[in-house]
Amino acid sequence: MLYAILCYDDEAKVSAWSEAEDAAVMEKLGAVQDRLVRQKRLGPVARLVPTTAAVTLRKQAEPIVLDGPFAETKEQLLGFYIVDCASMNDAVEVAKELAVANPGVGAYEIRAVKFYNGLGAPA
Amino acid sequence: MSEVGWVETALVAARPQAVAALLRYFRDLDTAEEAFQNAALRALKTWPQAGPPRDPAAWLIMVGRNAGIDQVRKTSRLTVLDDEKAVSDLGDAETAAAERLDDSQYRDDILRLLFVCCHPELPATQQIALALRIVCGLSVAQIAKAFLVGDSAMEQRITRAKARIAKAEIPFEAPGAVERAERVGAVASVIYLMFNEGYSAAAADAERRAPLSLEAIRLARLMLKLFPGEPELMGLAALLMLQHARIGARFDADGNAVLLENQERKKWNGELIAEGLALIDKSMRHRRPGPYQVQAAIAALHTRSASAAETDWAEIELLYRALERLQPSPVVTLNRAVAVWKVSGPEAALALIEPLDGPLAGYFYFHGMRGALLAALGRAGEARDAYSRAISLAGSAAEAAHIRGQLDALSETAKAS
Repeated sequence: MLYAILCYDDEAKVSAWSEAEDAAVMEKLGAVQDRLVRQKRLGPVARLVPTTAAVTLRKQAEPIVLDGPFAETKEQLLGFYIVDCASMNDAVEVAKELAVANPGVGAYEIRAVKFYNGLGAPA
Repeated sequence: MSEVGWVETALVAARPQAVAALLRYFRDLDTAEEAFQNAALRALKTWPQAGPPRDPAAWLIMVGRNAGIDQVRKTSRLTVLDDEKAVSDLGDAETAAAERLDDSQYRDDILRLLFVCCHPELPATQQIALALRIVCGLSVAQIAKAFLVGDSAMEQRITRAKARIAKAEIPFEAPGAVERAERVGAVASVIYLMFNEGYSAAAADAERRAPLSLEAIRLARLMLKLFPGEPELMGLAALLMLQHARIGARFDADGNAVLLENQERKKWNGELIAEGLALIDKSMRHRRPGPYQVQAAIAALHTRSASAAETDWAEIELLYRALERLQPSPVVTLNRAVAVWKVSGPEAALALIEPLDGPLAGYFYFHGMRGALLAALGRAGEARDAYSRAISLAGSAAEAAHIRGQLDALSETAKAS
């Protein structure tokens, strides 16, 4: 079963990292990813630009494009992983490893994937 | 990141909002700054054990307020604030802060803090130094290093700037729409200057000056967060990111500047480019062009072409035309001439820049460009004269060396023919 691990954190905090800190975090996360790659369990991994550089298309009769999302919340969606896991518990374990690699506040939201179409989909 | 690393990162991220609220409260830069320092020290002691507070900025504002009140009481016989506003227990502070903190104020708070530092009465170097010290939290030593001056000289500069601010009487009520727009404009132009201080450094100084560019990008992001629908702020942030993305390719191993067309594109920073391109695209949807957006659009065209040869010079020429209309300046015309050269040849470009000999007579790049155009037209004698004038105006050894290289190439061509 595929699971999406959605990474939420305060983008103001993440963008306060120095280049060296950013690189150090990415290296630690990379080590977790490398193991999942070796086990052939890792789907796409994405890191998103901040919400300040995003637009939102609102569905309506004449769809409109808005700036934002205007973040009302403290935490924003900053990236995601798609990982092949035996169970929800297994996915939680992967998220725990990511949390060890990148400690602090923030959250990982874990959702089972019910439809997947894209690059690297396991057969 | 180390265990304590997250505390420091949280302090850096919360600093502008916290100092800004403390400034509104105490109406004095020094008191606000000291209050924040005190709160930050308490945070370094308590957060590693207690974990991060739910809202670090609110925590720092509350604790900083109390520290500042204590300080004011110690130094003054007057009781300026009533007792009930003082909260001593740290556990309570957070809950109380969450209730009292008025989120709608924080945008104008931060803008006011930035505007105080970027006050038009201050000379540009003081504006930048003050913003780095107060908003970004760099130490005097760090700022002195970036400006290539001694610590005590920088300390003096910042003290003088603060003294001037204290006299300037910044209004503390929420600004009206026109005033707000003026403040945003003043702050944006100081962020732009701060970036260029770092970006225009020669290779030997580039590393020491890099914090200027990085802090400018951080402030541009902060402004964008405060005013997420303002296309010129999107343009400013995009411009800085797209320029800074090229930093790793701008100098060769010997420290010589590498021209854009010769840079190794794979050394450009792809993450910054992704964000910068998204921002410029987003800004242009607003159809309210401004100088930062146009400059960012030019940078974006350079970035998007797969190789220097594929650069869309015709479009760049049009964008420089637009920039000339929005912000007429002989330097912009000089830049347009580069595009005209690529599109219409050296003769047209030379005709465009000849009238600039008056306003740009003392400008290194004007004579360098004129020399290059004359050389391309085979007018070697005149080219040599122009290059000689450029050398006499060179601001650094690297600039002079670059022109000497051009002169040598001219002699080589003469020998070959």
